[in-house]
Amino acid sequence: MEFQKLIYLDHNATTPTDKRVVDAMLPYFTERFGNAASRNHSFGWVAEEGVDYAREQVAQLINADEREIIFTSGATESNNLAIKGVADMYKSKGNHIITATTEHKAVLDTCKALEKQGVEVTYLEVQRDGRIDLAALEAAIRPTTILISIMYANNETGVIQDMRAIGDLCEKHGVLFMSDATQAVGKIPVDVQALGIHLMSFTAHKMYGPKGVGALYVRRKSPRVKVTAQMDGGGHERGMRSGTLNVPAIVGFGKAAEIARLEMHDEIARLQKLRDKMEVDLMQLEEVVLNGNKEHRMPHVTNLSFKHVEGEGLMMTFNQKVAVSSGSACTSASLEPSYVLKALGLGDDLAHSSLRLSLGRFTTEQEVADAVEAIKNGVNHMRSLSPIWEMYKEGVDLSKINWESH
Amino acid sequence: MAYSEKVLDHFNNPRNVGTLNKDNKNVGTGLVGAPECGDVMRLQIEVDEETGVIREAKFKTFGCGSAIASSSLATEWLKGKTLDEAQGIDNMDIVEELALPPVKIHCSVLAEDAIKAAIKDYKTKNGLATE
Repeated sequence: MEFQKLIYLDHNATTPTDKRVVDAMLPYFTERFGNAASRNHSFGWVAEEGVDYAREQVAQLINADEREIIFTSGATESNNLAIKGVADMYKSKGNHIITATTEHKAVLDTCKALEKQGVEVTYLEVQRDGRIDLAALEAAIRPTTILISIMYANNETGVIQDMRAIGDLCEKHGVLFMSDATQAVGKIPVDVQALGIHLMSFTAHKMYGPKGVGALYVRRKSPRVKVTAQMDGGGHERGMRSGTLNVPAIVGFGKAAEIARLEMHDEIARLQKLRDKMEVDLMQLEEVVLNGNKEHRMPHVTNLSFKHVEGEGLMMTFNQKVAVSSGSACTSASLEPSYVLKALGLGDDLAHSSLRLSLGRFTTEQEVADAVEAIKNGVNHMRSLSPIWEMYKEGVDLSKINWESH
Repeated sequence: MAYSEKVLDHFNNPRNVGTLNKDNKNVGTGLVGAPECGDVMRLQIEVDEETGVIREAKFKTFGCGSAIASSSLATEWLKGKTLDEAQGIDNMDIVEELALPPVKIHCSVLAEDAIKAAIKDYKTKNGLATE
């Protein structure tokens, strides 16, 4: 397939690997290709050094100790390791886990798998703005609760939870606090000490690093946390994750973490400004709804519903120019609309009409301006084709119509 | 997902977009689907009372590219057909013509429903049998 370079506004899906990261990785493919576990010769030592430095950088990014970083194949594996690992390691303490309906499938599916083995899981609903109700969370805690798993920032809406408050609740009740922080780490400051987080998963490819490598932060002190390994075979990563380390990818992850730590503040300021302007411009159209808490969210994301227009059709009007994603059922393999938007209490019709735009390190002002124009033209075109837009304009109350379902 | 050329053509150059006066006796209106499903099609036909031939057809659709293409194609096919001929349009004809993948077949089903709903509406308004 001919590859076209479009304006890329889908950074929550993945990010391009920063050239500086690629440069850091390359020597570890052909020259420094040793296995980091080869203790007896310099090929191994050099690889191990590369891994050590990367581990330090990753740890620094989240204010952790490098002994608290376990490298995995990505955030999905990290989520599996954290949740299954805790469920097994602490099973004598209890078998109840609390999570939220808006978590990523990597967390939800893992919980569902554990339920089949007798673990009890509470899936908390979120409020209209996407945030957890802290009173409801506290009320859900039982004597048998061993883990609370709440994502730091939501991948679809960008909404950020009140992590410090959740950390306080976990400390108060003696429950482990795990967070899938995939969308936050490397993009906003994340401090596991300040927030009272005990386990945290994240990945390189959301922060301009390569795909195929991620990490699980596992706290060593107050309390010392342990997880049962899910990958056995040699005892790598302090016995918590066996398998030869993906040295080049880890080196890349470290470089990406270093760059993120040094450039984050400027990047946040620049992207927030761009995002805010983009949002204001798009909301100049009639009947546009912002999904998710406006104040507590990632600086580079906006999730908007363009009423009376379907998301996939809308994307088709500009998919030669702009890459974004949608919560519409037509864009998912399961033909179900976004469960995250549904959890926010949006009607399915608003989920079908939604677009998620996520800016990144290399997004320019011009690209945003061009994208806004393409999207606005697309919305207007789709509305000219839409019977429900026509009905809305005529003053028909769409909620009163008896739709004939198919 | 790559769309077929024909779907793209109908999407970029939709045929017969518009609205007929639903209060006219010789206009039949079919409104199918639901906003919660992400698909709403409104298909209208204007029938020549003497000949029973559909002389005009218009559509508007809230839905994805395949849904829009299916309803646009439907209006093309309806023009010049008698009501009986129109009743015989099958969703698989649409699927074949547009090369719709399995996950989009339901769009063609909705288009067939819209055609039948428009015909039924016309017949009801004109006191004709609608079995």
